[in-house]
Amino acid sequence: MSIAQLTKAWQPMSYGFLDASAKRELRRKMLKAIAVPGCQMPYASREVPMARGWGTGGLQVTLTLLKPSSVVKVIDQGADDSVNAASIRSFLSKVSGAAETWDTLDASLIQSRHRIPEERLHAGQILVLQVPNPEPLRPVEPNMSIARQMHADADYGRLWLILYEQIVRSGRIMEGAAYPSLVNGRHVMTPSPIPRWDVPKLHMAQHLTFLSAGREKRLYAVPPFTKVEPLVFSDVPFKVEDHGALTCHRSGVNGFYMNEIPQGDGGSAFELSDSHLGIKAIRQAEGEADQIGATWYQNGHLA
Amino acid sequence: MTQALSLLPPQLMTTPPLLTMTGVSRRYGDVVALQDVSALVYPGEVLGIVGESGSGKSTLLRMMNLEDTPDTGDYRLALPDLDGNLFGLDRFARRMLCATRIGIVYQNPHQGLLMQHTSSGNVAERLLIAGERSFANLRARGRTALEASEFPLDRMDARPIELSGGMQQRVQLAKAIALEPALLLLDEPTTGLDVSVQALVLDTLKRLQRDRAITMVIVSHDLGVIRTMADRVMVMRRGRVVEQGLSDQIFQDPQHEYTQQLVHAKL
Repeated sequence: MSIAQLTKAWQPMSYGFLDASAKRELRRKMLKAIAVPGCQMPYASREVPMARGWGTGGLQVTLTLLKPSSVVKVIDQGADDSVNAASIRSFLSKVSGAAETWDTLDASLIQSRHRIPEERLHAGQILVLQVPNPEPLRPVEPNMSIARQMHADADYGRLWLILYEQIVRSGRIMEGAAYPSLVNGRHVMTPSPIPRWDVPKLHMAQHLTFLSAGREKRLYAVPPFTKVEPLVFSDVPFKVEDHGALTCHRSGVNGFYMNEIPQGDGGSAFELSDSHLGIKAIRQAEGEADQIGATWYQNGHLA
Repeated sequence: MTQALSLLPPQLMTTPPLLTMTGVSRRYGDVVALQDVSALVYPGEVLGIVGESGSGKSTLLRMMNLEDTPDTGDYRLALPDLDGNLFGLDRFARRMLCATRIGIVYQNPHQGLLMQHTSSGNVAERLLIAGERSFANLRARGRTALEASEFPLDRMDARPIELSGGMQQRVQLAKAIALEPALLLLDEPTTGLDVSVQALVLDTLKRLQRDRAITMVIVSHDLGVIRTMADRVMVMRRGRVVEQGLSDQIFQDPQHEYTQQLVHAKL
């Protein structure tokens, strides 16, 4: 019997980059987060080879969830091909042996910044959202200790105060991204900076969503089939962005969330924010056998 | 009939008290803030609490607003669905009770108002805590409350930080009365205002008291304010109540040495 027989062979790093104790802690916190939907769980955010603010929180959750049979998709503002998305995706596959994909339907694990794919996620898929500021109460209560007490008391009146003043000042609710939403009738969460367009996709969804903030060291979750209700007044309904009537200038698809691209003549063109949906639509139009899954929105309205 | 009425004992004695505080003591380290203080407030009356700085009058008011818990003592409000010692309530119940049944106006508006939010928003916050979720109602009820406290409505969406001291007190008052509380606590509401504004704010308070028969507890070191407002006066010194009685009685015929000094100093 030699030492070599009793120990594992030397490896340059642990499987999935994070060491076993880090993953163990994250796993426990993720389970807790699922048990109390929308409640922020503190965790010891580790160093990853990326600067804070670039999605380290999401990355740590994804690294913990990875297995060799995973298929990962990484979205950056809806696109799969940005430098940030491509680098994170190749890093994930390098440290775990997981397959890479751009297709929402094929992916088992989706890490995203700012968007939820337009195609419906199904049971078994996990969405990981990168969150810059997890605290919905920060604008109304700068003291985080008191904010935590307010969460404990479900004291959320002041969040409506923000909406009230927006209507008074501007005639409508101005909250664009990160629209505060009540999860499971108990905790109010910031659904990361996803646009209002994406918030209804979280309501009673089939998939599991994790939201993780690396710099703020907080993670929270929306388990499958959980109520997610944007905060509204009883007489002022929740409205998503007015993108239903816009048409993508590249794929000709309409009725989805668009990016506005300013043109030389002062006007603007629009293109699909979910870039791979656009790619699939173009391929389909060219006669290739690309399958577009069921979408949350149909003809610009929530199905 | 008038004869019969005049023979009745004063109204104050026939109705049971709204607020009953018994044997409240509070120490902060070696400092005795309150020593066995008891107080009764009858529905519709105004109780004035006077005393020098550090006499415990503000601490007592904070206790009444359930912001602090005494070492010993009992506190009851005669309101439906409310019994037992209110100091025994949990945080959540306390917050709901303070928001819906008790209104408070602080000496320093920074304590009672969200300075970065609009004035109408400050009133709306109170209503939001109580569960109002209709924008139109928030707007209308906020307007009503601000109107009742004689706040100029064209400035209702200005932030309190941009307003004068008198206006800020009116916003606080509107916030306090928005939910038509059973008890209104006033902690030196006019201190720091100049005399003319002080008179106007007192005028508003007087009128509110007359129109709505709100039960008030007003704390002040200014005997003029107490004399104008209060039906009954409690004189405090070093955490104890040294004398209490009807307003006129206290001011015309003070019994305790300290009260005598106080009244004479005023005159």
